[in-house]
Amino acid sequence: MRFIDPHAHMISRTTDDYEAMAAAGIVAVIEPAFWVGQPRTHVGSYIDYLSTLVGWERFRAGQFGIRHYCAIGLNAKEANNEALAEAVMEILPRYLLKEGVVALGEIGYDEQTELEDKYFRAQLELAKELEMVVMIHTPHRDKKGGTTRSMDVCEEHGLDPTRVVVDHNNEETVQEVLDRGYWAAFTIYPHTKMGNERMAAIAAHYGTERVIVDSACDWGVSDALGVPKTAHLMLERGLSMDDVHRATYANALAAYGQSGQMREADWLDPPAIDQRTLFEGNSVLRGGQAPRVEGDTPATTPPAKDRLIIE
Amino acid sequence: MTAPTASQLLHGWLARDVTPEALAWLDEAAGRIASGSPDREVYMAISLVPRKVGKADLVLGEADLKAADAARPGWRPAGLSADQAARVLLVLSVDDPSRMAALVEKLCVTADVAELISFYLALPLYPEPQRYAARAREGVRSNMKALFNAVAHHNPYPSEEFDEPAWNQMVLKALFIGAPLWPVQRLDERANPPLARMLCDYAHERWAAGRTVSPELWRCVGRHADAAALRDLERVLESGGEMERRAAALALSDSADPAATAILERAPELTAEIAGGRLVWDDIRPA
Repeated sequence: MRFIDPHAHMISRTTDDYEAMAAAGIVAVIEPAFWVGQPRTHVGSYIDYLSTLVGWERFRAGQFGIRHYCAIGLNAKEANNEALAEAVMEILPRYLLKEGVVALGEIGYDEQTELEDKYFRAQLELAKELEMVVMIHTPHRDKKGGTTRSMDVCEEHGLDPTRVVVDHNNEETVQEVLDRGYWAAFTIYPHTKMGNERMAAIAAHYGTERVIVDSACDWGVSDALGVPKTAHLMLERGLSMDDVHRATYANALAAYGQSGQMREADWLDPPAIDQRTLFEGNSVLRGGQAPRVEGDTPATTPPAKDRLIIE
Repeated sequence: MTAPTASQLLHGWLARDVTPEALAWLDEAAGRIASGSPDREVYMAISLVPRKVGKADLVLGEADLKAADAARPGWRPAGLSADQAARVLLVLSVDDPSRMAALVEKLCVTADVAELISFYLALPLYPEPQRYAARAREGVRSNMKALFNAVAHHNPYPSEEFDEPAWNQMVLKALFIGAPLWPVQRLDERANPPLARMLCDYAHERWAAGRTVSPELWRCVGRHADAAALRDLERVLESGGEMERRAAALALSDSADPAATAILERAPELTAEIAGGRLVWDDIRPA
């Protein structure tokens, strides 16, 4: 099976994770710009962070045969530092239209402060101007109220719900998000947002028409295999292959593919130039040519973390 | 009739290969950049290029490559894609050289990988090229092979603008990241004694770790081989793999030292191939 993890903070993950994700069938990841744990105090560190998302991290993922896309935006937490937020808003247009930027995000509310609201709205206007898909981060605290409010504000600014993904849903928010026509994403994150048994139950109850599963793996205790593990558990719990395919691959592609920046051919039939440069090694190769690169790990050897010998 | 400029060539190739709508968009964007449009507009135009003109390789024939070399000696745009050509054209539309250098640097700071490659490919085309030396050196510090290659391969810029330390670091970095050396222009001419010493040290490191040594490494050693380097070449000639032995023989033949000739004579078949012009450095191209 092939999977997409449409929310993964790969900048915080190791090569062991990339190896394991590729082995588990993940062909593409979307890395939304977010808070990196340590608050940034200068726009310069934000610039370098966003450059990493469209540069080095994309290259790093490609070395494991995983396509890397990103969402660019000012997150809610850091919107509370007004001086930083103003400067970040200035530089966002330099990134939003780059190749492989599939959405403006993740944006929304953390504590639902005035500043958060101001920059959320400003970015929604930017998304409208640039015709971008939006990825919404819903708050941990006052989840239900914050989710409703996020959608209200999107509609106030004239966004089309079919071009907005509302993430970090749970049992309490899913009904309204689906009823209002948005994509409903669920983050399989141990002990906090959503467990995968609950996820399987939600999918069984609501179906998977606009449901998206992601891991949001980051610098905390989280699981880079959240998507494939959930897919297998869903199958075990009796969901159909079609349902699982939609929730762990097809819906993410349909939602973020609306940007025109993410196509299945990117990983199934990558252009030759990408295979030579950015995207090395792949499950499906044109003309049967395996671009073997020095240092490539043959599929039969165990992951690096399980090998005693370090060469 | 004067020969066309690089910009005129790029425009002509794009006009052949992209849609009229894409060309019209590009001409308008270039016109606005030339007349000093605000930064936000420049950034967006540069980012939008692949969506407007696509990413297909330009179809360039022998005549095009000849024209390129006439417009700018050493410029070799084989394999240039439409988006790369269009981005270069946009940057070159800035009329003032100092403004252009400032713009390229600003663009590089927030560029994605494909954009950076385009700006590096254009190094030989910028006026007042010395303004770009630090940027070019940054490019060959990259571990992203595509970026490194954009500066180092088929590009006259490093051989013209890099001082000896920068040149030597570029050659070593190529070996470290597994980029071939043969596409580096004027590789043989720019060889120098410190580089030969660093390369031999590097070969020893690799041998100590039980790793292979690229046969291309010896290409920059032969002319400046001291006694220790000759011992290394002797070792490779005696116990290396087939391509390594051929490379060692070529390196020995590059040396004016009679001791080198004496070592080489122990491999009469290779000596004969070299003398007959049947073995040259261009044959040493590891996969």
